[in-house]
Amino acid sequence: MIVTSNVTKNYGAACVVDGVSLELPAGGITSIIGPNGAGKSTLLSMVSRLMAMDKGTVTVGGLDVTTAPSDELARRMSILRQDNHMTARLTVRDLVSFGRYPYSKGRLTVDDKGHIEKAITYLDLDALAHRFLDELSGGQRQRAFVAMVLAQDTDYVLLDEPLNNLDMKHAMGMMKLMQQAANDLGKTVVLVLHDINFASWYSDHIVAMKHGKVSAQGPAAEMIRPEVLSDIYEMDIKVHEIGGQRISVYYG
Amino acid sequence: MTDQAVAPSRWTIGRPALVLIGLALLALVSIALFMTLGAKGSWSFVLTFRGKKLLGLILVAYAVAVSTVLFQTVTNNRILTPSIMGFDALYVLIKTSIVFFLGVGALTAIDSQIQFVVEVLVMVAFSGLLFRWLFLGEERSLHLLVLVGIIFGVLFRSLSNFMQRMLDPGAFNVLQDTMFASFATTDPTLLGISCVIVVAVSVIGLRLMHTFDVLSLGRAQAINLGVDYKRTVVIILSLVAVLVSVSTALVGPVTFFGLLVATLAHSLVGNSKHAFVLPAAILLGVVALVGGQTLLERVFAFDTALSIIIEFLGGVVFIALVLRRSAR
Repeated sequence: MIVTSNVTKNYGAACVVDGVSLELPAGGITSIIGPNGAGKSTLLSMVSRLMAMDKGTVTVGGLDVTTAPSDELARRMSILRQDNHMTARLTVRDLVSFGRYPYSKGRLTVDDKGHIEKAITYLDLDALAHRFLDELSGGQRQRAFVAMVLAQDTDYVLLDEPLNNLDMKHAMGMMKLMQQAANDLGKTVVLVLHDINFASWYSDHIVAMKHGKVSAQGPAAEMIRPEVLSDIYEMDIKVHEIGGQRISVYYG
Repeated sequence: MTDQAVAPSRWTIGRPALVLIGLALLALVSIALFMTLGAKGSWSFVLTFRGKKLLGLILVAYAVAVSTVLFQTVTNNRILTPSIMGFDALYVLIKTSIVFFLGVGALTAIDSQIQFVVEVLVMVAFSGLLFRWLFLGEERSLHLLVLVGIIFGVLFRSLSNFMQRMLDPGAFNVLQDTMFASFATTDPTLLGISCVIVVAVSVIGLRLMHTFDVLSLGRAQAINLGVDYKRTVVIILSLVAVLVSVSTALVGPVTFFGLLVATLAHSLVGNSKHAFVLPAAILLGVVALVGGQTLLERVFAFDTALSIIIEFLGGVVFIALVLRRSAR
């Protein structure tokens, strides 16, 4: 379980995350949705200790993220951000191998190599494994980073807009993979998503943020309703049931 | 395009090792030529005399190469180096301040080795204070860093110049003597203590070796993978400050040499693994300094121009990197 209590972040006078207290259940997929500038990514950065909070505490599986040893947290929780610019020149396999660093500190064991190959195959990267990251398209690179996170094999997986840069096929593949990780391996997946239809289709739990606060949360079926969504995004959103799934329509 | 099969050939696996072997051979040849070419008279004299010079050059090559590669890894950029950020100007400022405030007696009365250790400690403390806030927090834009570095560099140099003008000519002479070393005349009194310092730094560095590759993924990934980011970066920046002090004390400030060897090492090795890039950068430094000095001294009979040539080449590399970056 991830518990945040009164988590707050200010940039100068602007309060980006304003006293957020949340309990995200262990297991399943939780999506964080909301308009631009709602504080979703900032909240995720604080939960994953990438950003210091001004107030509040966060525990992940019982570990306080500000005080627990960083390498212990790295075996418990992984985080992937939207922007993964880096100067290092690496092959896909090199990058995925870094996922095992929390366990082996750079000396890969046979067990590590098994995790690495499995993650590469899971993300359909076998043909690209020896290619350098700077030779790949944005979507391929995104999959390589997700493979690294997968190789890290943590109970908690936090992804900030993992569908960025992905085409429809790979976006669906990514969400299926997260579903598999949650259902078969018992992992807790937390995603920041912009596509509310993907959120509706795959999430067990949805948290909506607006102006730095949690404006609504609940099971996906309760959240994907016209009145809830229209309020969050301040626009007219219709929800239709198609083949047993709730699909939002908001294109005009 | 996509089905163009790029096999994971032996070449890509063997390339870093091949580069290292080639560079090691080149370095050995440079060293052999440096020691023997044009030697007249007693061999024992020639070898000890040149041996000291050689040791100085190798120490400088090592210090500059390692400090630059590590600095670029920690700051996650390939353009800035400790000297571009004003580290060596800071060392000169510290040295000048000692003469200015404590008098020239401080320079001559205290044993030069003890004095050097004190200067290194002051340097680590000051660079720690100055550069910590720049590199520890959130990632900052490279442009901001370049600007801050240029301004710091100019500030340190102007302050040193200002104090040097206020010194009396005698004191200034002593100071100038200790600071205007060059590749041709490394300061021999500091060789012993420099060796000790460089070995100590290397021992600490080796123990952190496994974090270098992870740090090159950037701050967020390093934290995600469980590196104790703050602590590790502070230690590495301190090591960089110590190495810069060593090289500046031995041969004076060199702005673009580090950039030259680090950039060449990265592009020759082809990947970013420090196990290859660090030794490649060190060997390139040795080849450039020892080989270059041999060429200039023995072949062209030209004494002081090596720093000019190296700075010229390094400067060209710097401009090329900046242009290539802005083209993207």
